[in-house]
Amino acid sequence: MKFGKRILSLGLMGALALAALTGCGSSGGTVSTDGSTSMEKVIGALKENFESENKSISVTYNPTGSGAGITAVAEGSCDIGLSSRDLKDEEIAQGLAGTVLAYDGIAVIVNPENPVADLDVETIGRIFTGEITNWRDVGGADGEIVLIGREAGSGTRDGFESITGTKDSCKYRQELSATGDVITTVAGNPAAIGYASLAALKDNVKALTVGGVAPSDETVKDGSYPVQRNFVLVTRDGEALSPSAQKFFDYITSEAAAEVIRNAGAVPVK
Amino acid sequence: MRNKKAAFEKLVYGIFLLLGLVTVGCVLLITVYLVIAGLPAIREIGLRQFLFGKVWASTAAEPSYGILPFILTSVYGTAGAIALGVPVGFLTAVYLAKLAPNGVKAAVGTAVSLLAGIPSVVYGLVGMIVLVPAIRKLFHLPDGASLFAAILVLAVMILPSIVKMSVTALEAVPKEYEDASLALGAAPVETYFRVSVPAAKSGIAAAVVLGVGRAIGEAMAVMMVCGNVANMPALFGSVRFLTTAVAAEMSYAAGLQRQALFSIALVLFLFIMLVGACLNFFLKRDKEGAK
Repeated sequence: MKFGKRILSLGLMGALALAALTGCGSSGGTVSTDGSTSMEKVIGALKENFESENKSISVTYNPTGSGAGITAVAEGSCDIGLSSRDLKDEEIAQGLAGTVLAYDGIAVIVNPENPVADLDVETIGRIFTGEITNWRDVGGADGEIVLIGREAGSGTRDGFESITGTKDSCKYRQELSATGDVITTVAGNPAAIGYASLAALKDNVKALTVGGVAPSDETVKDGSYPVQRNFVLVTRDGEALSPSAQKFFDYITSEAAAEVIRNAGAVPVK
Repeated sequence: MRNKKAAFEKLVYGIFLLLGLVTVGCVLLITVYLVIAGLPAIREIGLRQFLFGKVWASTAAEPSYGILPFILTSVYGTAGAIALGVPVGFLTAVYLAKLAPNGVKAAVGTAVSLLAGIPSVVYGLVGMIVLVPAIRKLFHLPDGASLFAAILVLAVMILPSIVKMSVTALEAVPKEYEDASLALGAAPVETYFRVSVPAAKSGIAAAVVLGVGRAIGEAMAVMMVCGNVANMPALFGSVRFLTTAVAAEMSYAAGLQRQALFSIALVLFLFIMLVGACLNFFLKRDKEGAK
């Protein structure tokens, strides 16, 4: 771990030195990104690294949600849209193109006091549609299951519901509008079950293994962890990005950025 | 010289007029925008189905846009907050205006001002971390986020406006009224409730209406404790208010869903206009009564 960090810092120093040498030549400008709140950590880390290498370009990130981000690209009010769900057909028909930046595992979380440690996707689906309502039925203590979800339109909710096949039929007890709120609520209620981005996971909740597979980088990348989705970069198809936006796009999809994405909690494609 | 003065007067007058018009312009702009943005969805969904539909499923494959659960929740939530907040606020105001020693009055007055200054997100956070789990344990519920939690938070949030306005109204009661009552042999507390309070009743009513306005328009604090599921209201059930319905979905909404959110905002706006009209009514009556 320590060794890795040292290599990383050496690499960064090298990159900085390179930037110092070549920095004067690079073109200045702003790159605006807009969209998924789940991608905040990843984009924040990429932005920081990119800006330290390209001093004259500044990257802005507007956490508005996947839908708003896609709309913003379509309307031309930002350079790159961020979406934590795949583009819909009608959005592709609008002339938008998606590039997968990374994979994000969605962790199914329960209170640490809960003895249940493993559920399969089908059981999770039956719990969230209200078919199973007591923890006793899935090997837990007697008590009503409290379903905590995200608001309609959230990328995480969309991802979770489409993977578990529970679209539009979840019987939520609470619909919260932020990942942090979901984690706080699940941490405060022993009977609660919810879902959150793997990247945002904290120690105060317990992530269930799904079908015996624990959510982790490896299991998400090799596809064995079933509850996962894509982080997508949205651009206008066939339309060139501004030079600085293209530079940022090339950087974040490059292998050099993979380490940064991994450190931010998501699993890079490369 | 005189001309110069007159010109200056005119200039100042013009500036003031302009600033006044900016305010009026903002109100007009918002009203017009809300009406324009809110009407198309109502027309598409149908007014009856929109206002009296019991199912809200905005992102479902077959979307349904009925906001009756939100309207009822907002009405019940506000009524509950008033039922809890008004007695406490009113009696606090009587105490502060008439009975409290100066030191206590200053201390409580400061505390009430502080309460008014706390951002609503802080109320929400405290509600979420302290109140919601407490309700869950106290009432042995599976989950504490409920209409009841929202009512408690709202009741505390409307206290400052009720206390402050009532105190002002009570203090404006001419001292002669009370002196006369006391001279006739009435006890002090009797005087306050039989003479001072009736004399200040318009102001107190205005305070209550102001509290209603604050409660019905609050979004952030409520959103964090009410559970946000579009159920028909139940005291210990998860509910969604008009305000939170707009706030929770706006960031991701598109198409008809987005337009419907504007329609909800329009309904909310009409409610608040109604509250404002009531407030005006009470204040006007107060003025006429003073004549």
